[in-house]
Amino acid sequence: MSFDIAIRYTAGEREREAAIGSEAKLVALTGPSGAGKTTLLNCVAGLHRRLSGHIRVGGETLFDRELGIDLPPERRRAGYVFQDLRLFPHKTVAANVAYGARPESPWKSPAEALDFLGIGHLARRYPARLSGGEAKRVAIGRALLSAPRFLLLDEPLTSLDPARAEEIVRLIERIRDELGLPILLVSHAAAEVERLAGATFVLD
Amino acid sequence: MTWPTADEWGIVVLSLKVSIVAVLVTLPVAYGLAWLLARRRFPGRVLLDAAVHLPLVLPPVVTGWVLLLIFGRTGPAGHWLEQTIGLVFVFRWTGAALAAAVMALPLMVRAMRLSIEAVDRRLVEAARTLGATPWRAFLTVTLPLSLPGVMAGAMLGFARSLGEFGATITFASNIPGETQTLPLAIYTALQVPGAESSVTRLALISVALSVAALMVSEWLVRRSHGRRAHVL
Repeated sequence: MSFDIAIRYTAGEREREAAIGSEAKLVALTGPSGAGKTTLLNCVAGLHRRLSGHIRVGGETLFDRELGIDLPPERRRAGYVFQDLRLFPHKTVAANVAYGARPESPWKSPAEALDFLGIGHLARRYPARLSGGEAKRVAIGRALLSAPRFLLLDEPLTSLDPARAEEIVRLIERIRDELGLPILLVSHAAAEVERLAGATFVLD
Repeated sequence: MTWPTADEWGIVVLSLKVSIVAVLVTLPVAYGLAWLLARRRFPGRVLLDAAVHLPLVLPPVVTGWVLLLIFGRTGPAGHWLEQTIGLVFVFRWTGAALAAAVMALPLMVRAMRLSIEAVDRRLVEAARTLGATPWRAFLTVTLPLSLPGVMAGAMLGFARSLGEFGATITFASNIPGETQTLPLAIYTALQVPGAESSVTRLALISVALSVAALMVSEWLVRRSHGRRAHVL
C-alpha cells in the first residue's frame, strides 16, 4: 500500500481519528478548515508528537506506538511542501533547493532540478524577491531534491491565479507519473482533487 | 591639548584586552543560556533566568564581593582553578575580565534570547524534514538567523565591559598596569589634584571607543543581514 495510516491524534486540543489505506499513487485529503488536515501531515512527517496508532508509507513503518517505532523527522524522508512554504529567508533559491539534496534524487544537480521546475533563472535570488508561484516551485524543488520516499503537499494551489495553479497541477502530474512517488495531497480545490487523486479521504 | 601619554595608552590597551577577552569567553556561554531560556522548558528555568539577570539588578560591589567569595584564592572555584590550571583571578587582569564578563552576561543573554525567539521554529521543522539532524538545523537555520542578536549582544557586552567599575575594583582591585582599566584610571586621576587633562583625555578615549564599538557592530549586522537590520 502506498499509504497505510491509522492514528488517533490531538489537533487544537481535540482528539481526532484518521484511517487512510490506499494503493493509489496520489491520495487526497479534504475536509473543512480546522478538521486537522495539516496536523495529520505533520504526524506523517514526524513533526507532531501527540498521537498513537501507526503510519506506514510505501511499506515502510514510520511510526508504530505498539512496536515502539518513531522515526525522527530527518529519517522519514518526507518531501514536505508546507502551505506556508517555509523557504529559508537567508539562503538563495539555489541554496534552498540544495539544502537537503541527496545523490539519489532524480537529478544530477540542483541546477538540473531548477530547470525541470522552470526556475533556473531564479537561482541567485532570495525568497523575499519571489512571486507566489515561483516560491511554490522552489519549495517543491527543495522537497524533491532531498530524494524523498513520498511527498506531502499541503494546499499547493492556494493563493495562485488560475494560470499559475494550472502550472502547479501539471507539475504535480509529472511528479506523480514520471517519478512515481506516493503523494499525500491536502486540498480543498475539488476540481484539482478530482483530476489528480486516485483516492480521496474526507476529514471532518 | 596634548596626546595621551604612554601610561594612558597602556590603560587603553589593557581595557581593550580585558573587554575583548570578557566578550569572547562569554559569547558561547551567553548563547547557550539564551538558547536554553528561549527554546526549552525545564524545571529550574525560572531560577536560571533569575541567576543570569542577577548581576543586572545587584549593586556591582555586591557582585564583586560574591565573585571574591567564589573565585578568590580561598573560594571553592578559585582554589580549584589555581590548583588545576594555575589560573588566578584576584589582583590580575584575568579577574578584571571575569568581573566584566559576569556584568556583561545578562545584557548579552537578553539580546541573544530575543533574536533566537524571533527565529521561526517552522523553519527548523522544515530543515528537519529535509534530513537535517537537530544539530545541523541549529547550525544552518537558528544560528545564522539569530546572528544579528549575537552581534548586538557582543556589542552591548563589550560596551558594558569597557565601563565596568564596581565589581572590578571590588574583586580584582585597582592595580595600575594589571587591573586598572579606563573607568578605574579615570576615578584614580580624579583623586589627584591637577590631573584634569588626564581625566579629559581618558574620558574622550572612552567615548570614542564606545562609539566605535557601536559603529563596527552596526556595520557587521548590515553586512550580514541586508539594509533593514539594526542592532538597536
